[in-house]
Amino acid sequence: MVTPGADAPAAAGATRPATRPTRGRWSLLGERVIESVIRTCGVSAIFFVAAIFFFIFREAAPVLWNSDFHILEFLFSAEWYPTSVNNVRYGTLALTVGTLSVTGVAIALAVPFGLGAAIFVSEFCSVRLKETLKIVIELLAAIPSVVWGFVGLTVMSKLIVTVTGTAVGVNLLNGGVILALMSVPIIVSIGEDALKAVPDSYREAAVALGATRWQIVYRVLLPAAKNGLLAAVLLGVGRAVGETMAVLMATGHAVQIPEGLLHSVRTLTANVAAELGEAPAGSSHYRVLFLTGVLLFWITLVVNVAADLAVRGIRRK
Amino acid sequence: MDGAPPPAGRFAKTALVARRERAQTVAKWIFGAMSLAMVLPLLAIVSYLLVRAWPSLGWEFLADIPRKGMREGGIWPAFVGTLYLVGISLAVAAPIGVLAAIYLNEYARENWFNRVINMAVINLAGVPSIVHALFGLGAFVYAARFGFSILSASLTLAIMTLPVIIASTREALASVPRAFREACWNVGATRWQTIRAVVLPNSISGILTGIILQVSRAAGETAPIMFTGAVFFKAVQRGDLFPYRLGDQCMALSMHLYTVSTQVPNVKESIPYATAVVLLGSVLLVNATAIAARVWLRGRKKW
Repeated sequence: MVTPGADAPAAAGATRPATRPTRGRWSLLGERVIESVIRTCGVSAIFFVAAIFFFIFREAAPVLWNSDFHILEFLFSAEWYPTSVNNVRYGTLALTVGTLSVTGVAIALAVPFGLGAAIFVSEFCSVRLKETLKIVIELLAAIPSVVWGFVGLTVMSKLIVTVTGTAVGVNLLNGGVILALMSVPIIVSIGEDALKAVPDSYREAAVALGATRWQIVYRVLLPAAKNGLLAAVLLGVGRAVGETMAVLMATGHAVQIPEGLLHSVRTLTANVAAELGEAPAGSSHYRVLFLTGVLLFWITLVVNVAADLAVRGIRRK
Repeated sequence: MDGAPPPAGRFAKTALVARRERAQTVAKWIFGAMSLAMVLPLLAIVSYLLVRAWPSLGWEFLADIPRKGMREGGIWPAFVGTLYLVGISLAVAAPIGVLAAIYLNEYARENWFNRVINMAVINLAGVPSIVHALFGLGAFVYAARFGFSILSASLTLAIMTLPVIIASTREALASVPRAFREACWNVGATRWQTIRAVVLPNSISGILTGIILQVSRAAGETAPIMFTGAVFFKAVQRGDLFPYRLGDQCMALSMHLYTVSTQVPNVKESIPYATAVVLLGSVLLVNATAIAARVWLRGRKKW
């Protein structure tokens, strides 16, 4: 490091060069300033996460002390009548079940396809095909959620009505399929990273024993990469839980606990998007919607931390 | 196979080997089909939307304003609104994101504090878009008193795109070999001098591609702007390039698609499709450009 006082001992003697190259005061000051700006920006992520929680909770908090609001009813009652005149109920159970069921359908579809495609891209195809498929995955991941929602509303709903003969095409199945298509790119790209992270020496050892590629995959790679693959699935779940516009347009909007794949549902996220515009600022309804936001914040936080711990697990090995 | 002498120069295939190879072929085809199942929807969706949108597509659709309660006409105000939102949000998020990535990749040591920062970045990336919307409403619209405006909406979008800019910039910085930095430190340069003279010039292309990819993500977001500054309709002159001010509300393409496909009855059938095609087309075009730039730059890399 160059110290600011480096020009002082210029007369110190013949053993050192008479003048040592130094930098001007302004250049050093500039460096100090830019380094502190960099440090501030580095810490900003913590600040923003804290700010998100703070501002959402600040809008939600007053309702917690309302006499007609009960936190247990909020979490475990299926009665959601926010605008009723004489029987206001803020129970989000039906919405939570809606979120869980749509996510469940999506993950049940996306995980086999996503992991299968990750294995294919990583182990079974040529370099050229691999590059092409990765670009397609990236483009698939770039499609905006509102476009997916529109696809669900038009293409998918017609398809479902034609195939199953049901009356309404926007339902649990529709939302699940759309969400599956949205989470597959994440699962593929993270899953492929996890497979790539398995050391080549594992593969070489298996080949030396005479294993075929498929044997390598299910005897060596899958056990070795299982933490990374778990992280891929969890991040897919995280995306599916948090998705808003696509499920808002594709799941059909009925606040009910679904009894089958062809029932309409509403999710926590879609409910906020649908009702926030109509809830007057400062009303209990408005605050309860913010409380839903707090709930969603914590759900995705837990899922993401779990995924991160899973990834860290493979790194440590 | 059974009992017959093997052909010269080859090993005999035993029943076990044959079974293993069959399993291998079956597995390959199944996984290949799964990958195909991922590619086909992209092609099918894009071509279906294109066919249905065809009657409305054209420059006229892009440059005209919505008419007759959005049942006819074009999408100009929404298109310009999206440009505004994306431009301002990137102008805010890109510097902060790049500097934060420089901190995390070049300065941060491995300790608990920096692990917390990493965790925060990961969580910020995982926060649902509707939660960002609630935050934008609570923080920018009400607490900071920016009101429902382009400013509030862009800032909300900026915080949403920040973690992804940090991630892509870190990747670009990490791809510069450590030996480059060591060579520079060894001739007496400070950390910042090294970053400015060696690390940034060698990674700038990767950083820019990452930022360009964020353009497309920000353009497609709907939920965060829906409650902070985007409106159903805003009267704008036809072809006007600067119709909005920072404190105005604006229309946006993604929001417009939501509006015409769910909120307005009796829209001319091809209009929502055409809006979807313009949105999807711009997003994919920006993405394809960034990907092409990345492939080209990778080919030119000298190390």
